Amino acid sequence: MIYRANIRPAWVVLVLLLCFAIAFALAKHSDSPADAKQTTKHEVQEKIDMTKFKNSETNEQCLKCHGQSKYTYENAESKKMVNKRMYSELIIKRDEFYVSNHKGFKCTDCHSEEYGTFPHSGNLRMESKANCLDCHGGDEKYAKFQFEKIDSNFMASVHSQKHSTDFTCWMCHNPHTYKINARTNENLKETITYDNLICLSCHSDITKYELLTNKEKPNILVKHEWLPNQASHFTNVRCIECHAQNKDTLIVAHQIVPKNLAVKKCESCHAKNSILYASLFKYQIQENIKTKGWFKGLFLSETSTIGPDQNNTLNIISLALFTLTLLVILIHAVIRIQKSH
Amino acid sequence: MENHNEPLYLYPVWIRLWHILNALFCLTLIITGLSIQFSNPTIMVKFRAAVAIHNVAGVLLSFNYILFFVGNLFTKNGSYYVFEVNGFFSRLKTQFHHYTIGVFKKEAAPFPVTLESKFNPLQQFSYVAVMYVILPLVILSGLGLLYPEITVNSLIGISGLDYTDLLHLFCGFMVTIFMCIHIYFCTFGKTAISNFKSIINGYH
Repeated sequence: MIYRANIRPAWVVLVLLLCFAIAFALAKHSDSPADAKQTTKHEVQEKIDMTKFKNSETNEQCLKCHGQSKYTYENAESKKMVNKRMYSELIIKRDEFYVSNHKGFKCTDCHSEEYGTFPHSGNLRMESKANCLDCHGGDEKYAKFQFEKIDSNFMASVHSQKHSTDFTCWMCHNPHTYKINARTNENLKETITYDNLICLSCHSDITKYELLTNKEKPNILVKHEWLPNQASHFTNVRCIECHAQNKDTLIVAHQIVPKNLAVKKCESCHAKNSILYASLFKYQIQENIKTKGWFKGLFLSETSTIGPDQNNTLNIISLALFTLTLLVILIHAVIRIQKSH
Repeated sequence: MENHNEPLYLYPVWIRLWHILNALFCLTLIITGLSIQFSNPTIMVKFRAAVAIHNVAGVLLSFNYILFFVGNLFTKNGSYYVFEVNGFFSRLKTQFHHYTIGVFKKEAAPFPVTLESKFNPLQQFSYVAVMYVILPLVILSGLGLLYPEITVNSLIGISGLDYTDLLHLFCGFMVTIFMCIHIYFCTFGKTAISNFKSIINGYH
């Protein structure tokens, strides 16, 4: 056979690679403005009309001071107007409160009516605060959220066991901003980020961390150095998937386990019986199937993880093809050997 | 199946070096790849070790591929991978016929190895497919899995990582099948082991 100086495959691949690189660069380039647009849209949606909340007018009496970083009052003796800074932890941001789960409440539903007078009485600081169960416990309307179970899990968690009673629900769930996520947000990544920020509010903030312990705050990035593709894990997995006992239910795991019991085996997630599919991922897929149907719900979900997403059919097909190949080779070899004798 | 008497020097040192490294890396990648895919219970290699070895072997295979790629761009060896389009399918058929029927009748190989063409049409086709289509894809998709942030976020609702994963698995599977067939077909030399000797000493 005469070799003709046609184009070598290597050149073809090189040109294709170049085209691929250009296409990839263009795709990445066009990605960013689209993302930016989405954020703007999202932000616009977050801008809310405060007047539509029934108690917003009443609440304004509190929020006119507590809604911003400074408040103004008249000094009774000097008759002068005085500007003071509001302590950051006493500031209630309207745009966060009015999208939270408790947006319909009056401030005085939970806080004393006596706050109506200014200056507030010093005794009010001693006011005991309600916790979740005080309102939600034993209420049929909230039964599906299983507050009692959450409470018993929390009691068994390191958060409760290793700290004083100062560690309340409010340490993690700010009653003024908390909003339910996993059940209402279709965007899995947003839910994951939201839930992780709850943990990080103490574990990456020394001032809040120090309120509960004198121990040195561990550096999360250093502690998780062993984790490959750290950034990817942090944005795609909730802290509680590894640091809490996850039961086969959506209720958010509240039983945070001691650090030596945290999941550290890659196979716990990257395998067929992945723990990731015990709660959030499972719920997300079930909901997707309900709303988008079987195909889209199961296959077009964002819950992809390397390892557990094995498709049994594909496994069987590939095993069959592999066996067939070996079988053909074997038969061919046997006939060859027989014929050669 | 050869009909020449003088040994032909077909495999220069760089090809032999590339070939043995390629074989070793591919084997390592197949074993560790299967261990990652079917990780619980552990088969062959433990997950974390399998991931580390797979990553290192993958990067080394990629560098080795560059050696093959550049070598075939600028040396005579690249010409063996170029096939004439005219009549290619009939030549492919002839070779297929030889492997399925002729070889049992001890017929001579229809496309004997020469200095101008060391691959028969079936070899040419499969080597081009595996070296210039499958391997680049497995390397690129592997790179995407190593650095997930470079993959496309999502396409028609499916994460870009999903496509990358599936492509990587498919290509890895094809390489595995190729290796099985390739090793078997290497027993088609003068004796069952003569081709294995050739790729070690360079002479066919």
